[in-house]
Amino acid sequence: MLTREEILNIATLARIGVSEQDVEKYQHDLSEILDYFKKLDEVDVAGVEPIGHITGMQNTFRSDENFDFGELGKEEIMKNVPEVKGEYIKVKSVL
Amino acid sequence: MIRELHEKLINKEITSVQLTEQYFDVIEKNDAEIGAYLTLTKKLAMQQAQFVDEKIAKGESIDLIEGIPCAIKDNICVDGVRTTAASKILDNYIAPYDATVIRKLKEYGAVILGKTNLDEFAMGSSTENSAYKITKNPVDTSRVAGGSSGGSVAAVAAGQAVWSLGTDTGGSIRQPASFCGVVGLKPTYGRVSRSGAIAMASSLDQIGPIAKSVEDAAIILSRISGQDLLDATSAKSSDKKYEDYLTGDISGKVIGVPKEYVESLEGEIKNIFEKSLEKFRTLGAKIETISLPHSQYALPTYYIIMTSEVSSNLAKFDGIKFGMRSDDNVDSDINNENGLPKKLLETYLDTRKIGFGDEVKRRIMLGTYALSAGYYDAYYLKAQKVRALIRRDFENAFNPPAGGVDYIYCPTAPEVAFKIGEKSADPLKMYLSDIFTITANLAGVPAISFPIGAISTDGKDLPIGGQLMGKWFDEEGMLNCAHTYEINTKK
Repeated sequence: MLTREEILNIATLARIGVSEQDVEKYQHDLSEILDYFKKLDEVDVAGVEPIGHITGMQNTFRSDENFDFGELGKEEIMKNVPEVKGEYIKVKSVL
Repeated sequence: MIRELHEKLINKEITSVQLTEQYFDVIEKNDAEIGAYLTLTKKLAMQQAQFVDEKIAKGESIDLIEGIPCAIKDNICVDGVRTTAASKILDNYIAPYDATVIRKLKEYGAVILGKTNLDEFAMGSSTENSAYKITKNPVDTSRVAGGSSGGSVAAVAAGQAVWSLGTDTGGSIRQPASFCGVVGLKPTYGRVSRSGAIAMASSLDQIGPIAKSVEDAAIILSRISGQDLLDATSAKSSDKKYEDYLTGDISGKVIGVPKEYVESLEGEIKNIFEKSLEKFRTLGAKIETISLPHSQYALPTYYIIMTSEVSSNLAKFDGIKFGMRSDDNVDSDINNENGLPKKLLETYLDTRKIGFGDEVKRRIMLGTYALSAGYYDAYYLKAQKVRALIRRDFENAFNPPAGGVDYIYCPTAPEVAFKIGEKSADPLKMYLSDIFTITANLAGVPAISFPIGAISTDGKDLPIGGQLMGKWFDEEGMLNCAHTYEINTKK
């Protein structure tokens, strides 16, 4: 079973706020699923290369060109921003 | 169905505007009960339909899908249209661009009726996890439509769209198609550009069509596939018209039945499945029992890889750049600085706490844990190695030194559509709904679900789907095999 501290640590890393009730629920739910993951312990993967891209594509290149979209779409993008100041996205104070 | 409607359009038996209005009428009539749509795009649809009608009136030729109404899963961006992924965190999000598949569909003149419901961010197997509503199974409205593309599938099954687009990460097109009695296709990984689909697990996600017939699915695939600069994982274009490969002849083809999938089948599903095997035999195919020995590890492998990629992909929903933000005037119970304006961290924590639903948070938490320092090797890296073994199983089945099968066949799901609420309290039980479908995503192969029968329960005929999986990039062969079955069994 994951400890209370472990849940709080994961929640902070994941940037998800949790209440006291949530902590208990996550302790139960996550532990059950993590136990299920243990099934993989029985697989011998010695010498097996992990999957990178499933159909084996490598090094996809595109031409090194700069596409200037100008003002196109800028307004639409900015409309989705919760808080703006002038033409800028306003970020909350960090400290 | 698409061909018939196309004929009617060019023979001027019906106009695209009339056809589109007919579909909106059906939606108006039955969607209050079904709950397939989240947003209707009437203005856009009527504009598109009028444009096609003008072309026809001028005597210009039109494409097969031109003027024909379709529905789009609400995790695929349509320019200027609300796109929520069925999450509160994107409640007010208006997509500022078209996904590549939408751009292509618009170029072909498809008529987009609206955006359909899904499990939040496509996470679920029943469409009960939507932040907005539950989509019900049109065959029996006390049962789930399946998921996560439940809205797209129910819309087609209920006659609210001719065809639709869904996304499939672990079976999200095929399992609901099986539950609702329609055709659902997941292409080979990379066949269709993912640009503009809201990412869930990037190494597994694929966009694909849902339709009333295999031929319709083939017609749509031809029009949405191809390489795309905006998706570096998209594969080289084949430029194939998949509908041209539907010969109706599968004599001599070898269909492998994985013993790991079918040995636990029982009752009516087993009977229906065996009857379908017999049908394939009479159509000239050879049935072979094969083994995919690592199948038993597919589900834990899938859930480690998927949740890890989810935790990374959903980091962008932060309440700063777009989407919902927690209210500054409502104190959260997270930080002790009540009464003061929220700082950055508190805004993150609070926004994501309120904005995401339970299943989404559970998966982000799991993935964060699996990727965190000290656990990466034990979970994600290990899972990617087991995934290599799962792919090797498929390579051994399809391309051994001698022989090998052309297609792999099994039921799409181990069950019929379950009752609403039956599994929602137990995440692990819900995850098991995907047991037959996830390997195709892990191995990257194409797979299709099509109706093979129904089980009579509570006076309703609950559909069962069969699933064919093909070799990487052999959609045409797989589609022909499913098509051949379909045209020889349709009453």
